[in-house]
Amino acid sequence: MSTVRETARPYSAGRSVWLVAMREVIVRLRSVAFLVSTGLMLVLILGSIVVSAVVSANAADPKVAVVQGVTLPAGASVDPQDVATRADAEKLLKAGDVDAALIPDSGPLGFAVLGDDSIPTGVVQALSVSPKVELLDPSGAAGFIGYIVAIGFGLVFFLSAMTFGSTIAQSVVEEKQTRIVEILLATIPTRVLLAGKILGTTILALGQVALLLAIAIVSLSVTGQSELLLGLGMPFVWFAIFFVFGFILLAALFAATGAMVSRQEDIGSTTTPVTMLVMLPYFATVFFNDNPVVVTVMSYVPFSAPIGMPLRLFLGDAQWWEPLLSLAILVATCFAVIALGARIYENSLLRLGQRVKLAEALRG
Amino acid sequence: MLEIRDVSKSYGTRRVLDDVSFDVAPGRMTGFVGGNGAGKTTTMRIVLGVLEPDAGTVTLDGAPLGPTGRRRFGYMPEERGLYPKMKLAEQLVYLARLHGLTPADAKRNTDELLARLSLAERAGDAIEKLSLGNQQRAQIAAALVHDPEVLMLDEPFSGLDPMAVDVVAEVLSERARRGLPVLFSSHQLDIVERLCDDLVIIAGGTIRAAGSRDALREQHATLRYQLQTDGDAGWVREQPGVAVIEADGGYALFDAETPEAAQRVLEAAVARGAVSDFARQHPSLSQIFKEVVR
Repeated sequence: MSTVRETARPYSAGRSVWLVAMREVIVRLRSVAFLVSTGLMLVLILGSIVVSAVVSANAADPKVAVVQGVTLPAGASVDPQDVATRADAEKLLKAGDVDAALIPDSGPLGFAVLGDDSIPTGVVQALSVSPKVELLDPSGAAGFIGYIVAIGFGLVFFLSAMTFGSTIAQSVVEEKQTRIVEILLATIPTRVLLAGKILGTTILALGQVALLLAIAIVSLSVTGQSELLLGLGMPFVWFAIFFVFGFILLAALFAATGAMVSRQEDIGSTTTPVTMLVMLPYFATVFFNDNPVVVTVMSYVPFSAPIGMPLRLFLGDAQWWEPLLSLAILVATCFAVIALGARIYENSLLRLGQRVKLAEALRG
Repeated sequence: MLEIRDVSKSYGTRRVLDDVSFDVAPGRMTGFVGGNGAGKTTTMRIVLGVLEPDAGTVTLDGAPLGPTGRRRFGYMPEERGLYPKMKLAEQLVYLARLHGLTPADAKRNTDELLARLSLAERAGDAIEKLSLGNQQRAQIAAALVHDPEVLMLDEPFSGLDPMAVDVVAEVLSERARRGLPVLFSSHQLDIVERLCDDLVIIAGGTIRAAGSRDALREQHATLRYQLQTDGDAGWVREQPGVAVIEADGGYALFDAETPEAAQRVLEAAVARGAVSDFARQHPSLSQIFKEVVR
């Protein structure tokens, strides 16, 4: 250790932020709890997609005995078996070899369906013809799928914010509780530490969501269900952008409120208001997603915009400038909250023992 | 040279530091002594930039300290702690890199330091798995891993067993011999007395005494002498300019009014018989401490 070395490269905030962020990521990636919960989510998504594919694939075309003289309508998805007479068809039907039989009929279709002891619904559906429908206002038709998309956006944002929000709060308290925070603060500025923790947690949250999405998209495509993804393109991109800023906003608040206590057991006492800010938009989405006024308001309130605005874009009832305005509001709030959060964080970090009062944390 | 000048700090209406000024010279161990709540930890935190002073400056070699200058410091806070679940070597590399070392330098320093502190076999263990003694050594390693150019240690000896005290004392002395300014605080005055070259005594947020240990001793020395002779030393009471504090057989402890009066006692003693001991008493650090904080 006696050799003279080039130590202490000039201080670089960027490099320090990155170091802190990478430590957060690595520690989390090694945590068994994190890996197990991510793995469970993957299995759940993969499982539900595969099951739905298997169910629809197993619904093989119904077997139908077609009596001579009947012409099958074009495009009917049935598995036909030609028989000579109605008696032959009845025999097969009784034996359970076919689900139904088509017999000549004088009606407009030219055939009738013969069933065993119940109406063969599957066959009837396969032979039914629906008229073509055109809507004057196509956006109104998105009712059910809109609900699903709303819950989807809401759930992804809600789960990420809750999981990683409490992760960052715990990580802040851990540094305080174990007292390493004083060594860290003697080495790098407080704001660099905070920025690194937020960056690392955001990378983790985005990475997890991206992984889950990739698995969903790939498995939907492989199992031939990719039509579900159509129409999600642009709203999805917007969701990703809003997600980043909405997440940073919440992460800063979780870090700041976490810093106000000194023990893991006390985290709830200061982070509860932030948890409410995550939960309220989610429940509003679940209960009011078909109320245009509520959704419009939600799409501008920074804490719910990551759910509300992509939903409105998906439903097609937002003007082109609306996401930009909402994003501007969100980003501005983000900066304001980070400044506020950094202040609380700086003023609380070295106060051990009793929980720091908010007024003291803000005043310093 | 680390210079602390006119540093003041208040919490609300409570003034915890009042115009604190002292130097920490390179190549010297400076002991920082004071009671609980005297302001030692606050002073160190201000030097490290963890706290902002209300007034005053801290300079290193004449330059004010910023983030780049402070990363040359090695700091051991009074409140100990490392990441409990992180592996020892990984943690040291991380701290070294936060101080600006390249990954290669950080790795090399970590390996050397772990070997030096007999922790090499524990490199891959999580901190929480280490014994208490090893955790203490890991804490020392965390303060040294980036090859600091200034050392600030708040109570580095508290909670150490006598063996560990020697190891830590040796590591710190070695750094001082290499030319680093080393400031350490301690309640254990006997350790400070043994180790330090310079002394800073703080009480109630003000510096009560600062300077080299020997000069302080000289300054606080009284004309108190002890004498050990063969025969009975009761005759010392009759000597002019002398007040005997204690006399027992051939032993006498006395205060002299002048050095000359003490010399006359010695001459008289030699004239009466063999003198096995005659010495001016130096005050111990704890005596000086009690005197200056009073």
